Amino acid sequence: MIVRILGEGQLDVPESVHAELNELDAALESAVDASDEASFRSALTALLARVRQSGSPTDPDDLRPSELIVPQEDATMDEVRKLLTDDGLIPG
Amino acid sequence: MGVMKRVTMVFRAKANKALDRLEDPRETLDYSYQTQLELLQKVRRGVADVATSRKRVELQINQLQQQLDKFNRQAKDALGAGREDLAREALTRKAGVQTQLDDLQTQYESLQAEEEKLSQASQRLQAKVDAFRTRKETIKATYTAAEAQTRINEAFSGISEEMGDVGLAIQRAEDKTAQMRARAGALDELMASGALDDMVGGPHDDIQAELDRMGASHGVDRELEAMKAELSGGTTRQIESGPATSSDGASDQTATPLPPSAVPAGDAPQAGDQE
Repeated sequence: MIVRILGEGQLDVPESVHAELNELDAALESAVDASDEASFRSALTALLARVRQSGSPTDPDDLRPSELIVPQEDATMDEVRKLLTDDGLIPG
Repeated sequence: MGVMKRVTMVFRAKANKALDRLEDPRETLDYSYQTQLELLQKVRRGVADVATSRKRVELQINQLQQQLDKFNRQAKDALGAGREDLAREALTRKAGVQTQLDDLQTQYESLQAEEEKLSQASQRLQAKVDAFRTRKETIKATYTAAEAQTRINEAFSGISEEMGDVGLAIQRAEDKTAQMRARAGALDELMASGALDDMVGGPHDDIQAELDRMGASHGVDRELEAMKAELSGGTTRQIESGPATSSDGASDQTATPLPPSAVPAGDAPQAGDQE
């Protein structure tokens, strides 16, 4: 399963970690929904740590799209909210 | 559904929208390749812009560092001259500059990190664009409408995602450099206006003026002593060796009461002075 960390590139993460990532991601989502800055920061850090720890970088010329995309480490809650909307942050 | 999945869907939707815009998949490939090249240009410009801002901050850091060194020197000179009050003032100003300098250092490191990130993003995009070009030519060469669409979609959503990511990175870098430029500009203006001069010791540096004045008066004293010694020495010599020769220089002039007309032509020390 390919996971992208925004601003860092793609990693190949074993399927076995999928469920765990989903749990960490659920915590991130509820933190964003609740506008809870402290939980947001720790949830994002935990999610990124698990992705980095279990994944290995894909070849740079690999053209496969990612199955999951994680915001970058220093993303603000506001930036993440905008990422979730169609006409949000992503240019083009 | 989770943040990751939702972000992915937004990226995917962008790619699909771009795909739907064109009728012939082969056109899509060429058009996309063009925009990829444009984005590559843009990200390289972005790297250069961040580097420019970083160099500007570097320059300001050097300027402030020089001011710090100067205050240190002044404090030492002042202490050496027994002026603790002046030394204290110099050190107080040094502390003010140090705060500015620490702030700039932080900015510098953040710009450096941004430059590095963007430069890596540029390399990743370059690799994917190259791969896309190869894929595009293969698809076009063996084109059959039925299978092409799937293969195009695959390649396209992959590169489109990369482009979206790089686009975001460029935006973030632009925001950061814009902030940095504003701050660097404000500091430059402050330095130019002289407002910072008073604090960091520009041309109207009163500590330096005081030190210079003290230094100058020491110099005058020394010179006076030297002249006095020379005068008395010159007089003794004159008595011992009779009339002075022009080669004896200034002491002769002061020591010899003769008017210029009395000095033999060609030997006159004034001849040079008048020219």
